Parts: sequence; structure tokens; C-alpha cells
Amino acid sequence: MASIETMKVGDALPDLAKPPVNRTTLALFCGASNDHNPIHVDIDFARKAGMDDVFAHGMLSMAYLGQMLTNWVPQSAIRSFGVRFGAITHLGDEITCSGKVVETFEDGGESHLRLELAAKDQKGEIKLAGQAVVAVPRKGE
Amino acid sequence: MLDTSKIGTKSPPVSVPVEIGQLKFFAKATGETNLVYTDETAAREAGYRSLPAPPTFAFSLSNARPDPFKRYTDLGLDLGKILHGQQQFDYVQPICAGDVITIEETLSDAYEKKGGALQFYIFDAVATNQHGDIVLRMKNTVVQKHG
Repeated sequence: MASIETMKVGDALPDLAKPPVNRTTLALFCGASNDHNPIHVDIDFARKAGMDDVFAHGMLSMAYLGQMLTNWVPQSAIRSFGVRFGAITHLGDEITCSGKVVETFEDGGESHLRLELAAKDQKGEIKLAGQAVVAVPRKGE
Repeated sequence: MLDTSKIGTKSPPVSVPVEIGQLKFFAKATGETNLVYTDETAAREAGYRSLPAPPTFAFSLSNARPDPFKRYTDLGLDLGKILHGQQQFDYVQPICAGDVITIEETLSDAYEKKGGALQFYIFDAVATNQHGDIVLRMKNTVVQKHG
């Protein structure tokens, strides 16, 4: 795995591929995340709202992106993490998370990497695009 | 027309205990495989007091109130027509099981695009722990489609 200490602009962190989103995924995430908006779990409500079916919580895919980060660095290294939700994730979509270094910078005596993040479906459509800043541990830490 | 008169409105602060069972449920629901988020021994070995809340969990804490959508419906938003536009977290300190997190949220901006077809509501929140320390800040953009 790429070591954070030697990462440079353009380097990628390890991808994270998740299984297809199904109704059970959404039911579990509804309860676990406290987001009880029926649009994600109740097909009757979704149809009344003009959708063909329920669809995934954006925060589910953001949680997946977070897992990609914490599989790679300790969470305490993450300084900021933000996303723009670009497209709806539908049932059956398989999300793959990816990230790469776009900038290295110093701030407050700390070395940082700025990462560009994406969560894409099986067709390569970008569902979430985001950024994170992580602190690089000093040697010996 | 978008009602901008509510910009600056604060939601009543919500104080939420961070429960180990909820963290384990969140880990299950998201297919978490990193033991730091499911095994207290692994979490302690990684330097945490107990299971840490994963990076996006504070958003779930902000919804842990009796009527989480009231802050949206009070603005005239329709749950069937809103989408999450953007979400940002700025971290200060870890949140762990056993903490009690207080979240104070303000409607910091509201604007429209495409001649009113899309309305944007920006909520800024500050999360503080039981010691009075700020643990993180969040920014949540809610988009409502019209027509």
C-alpha cells in the first residue's frame, strides 16, 4: 500500500469497491444513520414524489468514501472532508471509491496532502466528487 | 420566491449520547471491515478511549432529534423533493462512544438558481463534547427542486 509519507501529487490511494446497493442496505442505513426520510425506504412514498423507486442516501456513499480514507490513514489524520452529491445512486449501483493527491502543503508546522475523491458507479458515472485534507505524520510518529 | 427572512435562524441545540450499539450498527450498515470501528480492544490499541465515530457519523448525530426534518419542513421544504447537495466536515477532535455531543445548527444562507427552479439552503453546525470542547464543524447544503 502507498505509504502516506512518500505520497506525491498524482499518486492514488487504494480504491474501495462496495457491493451493489440493495433494499436491505438502505433499510439498515436508514436506521443506523438516523436518516428516516421515507424517500429512501418506502417505495409508495417515492412513487408519490415522482420517483420510479427508492434511492440511496447520499451519506451512504460519503460513508464509503470515509472508509476508503480510514482504511489508508488513521482517522485522526483527517483534517477536513467534503463532497458534492452529483447524481442519485440507484438500487443495484456498485460504488467504487477512489482518491488521489492533488496538492501537498504546509500549514501550522504540519505537512498536509489535499486529496481529490470520487465515488463512481459501475458505469463510471461520478455520484460524489469531493476533497479531503490529511496530515502527514512526522517521521517516528 | 425564496424566503430569506429565516437566514440566521438557529435550530434548538440537540445533545446526543454517542452509543456504542449505534456505532456498531452504523459499521454493519456500511459494511465496515476495519476493526477499529467495531472492536473496542482494537480501538483502544489504536489510541481511542472507546469505539471512534467514523468521519461522517456527526451528520447522523445531528439527525438524532425527535423530529429531524422539522428544520426543513419549517422552511416549507418538501421531503419528497429535497436532495443533499453538499456536505462538509472540518475536524478538531475525535468523537468516541461515551461522549455526549451537542450540536448547534444555523441556517446560514439560502439562495436560488435557474429562476427559482432550484433552492439552496445552507446549514452550518458546530458540535461540542461534554467537556465543552468543539469537536467538529459541519456544513450541509440542502437543495429543493421546484416544478
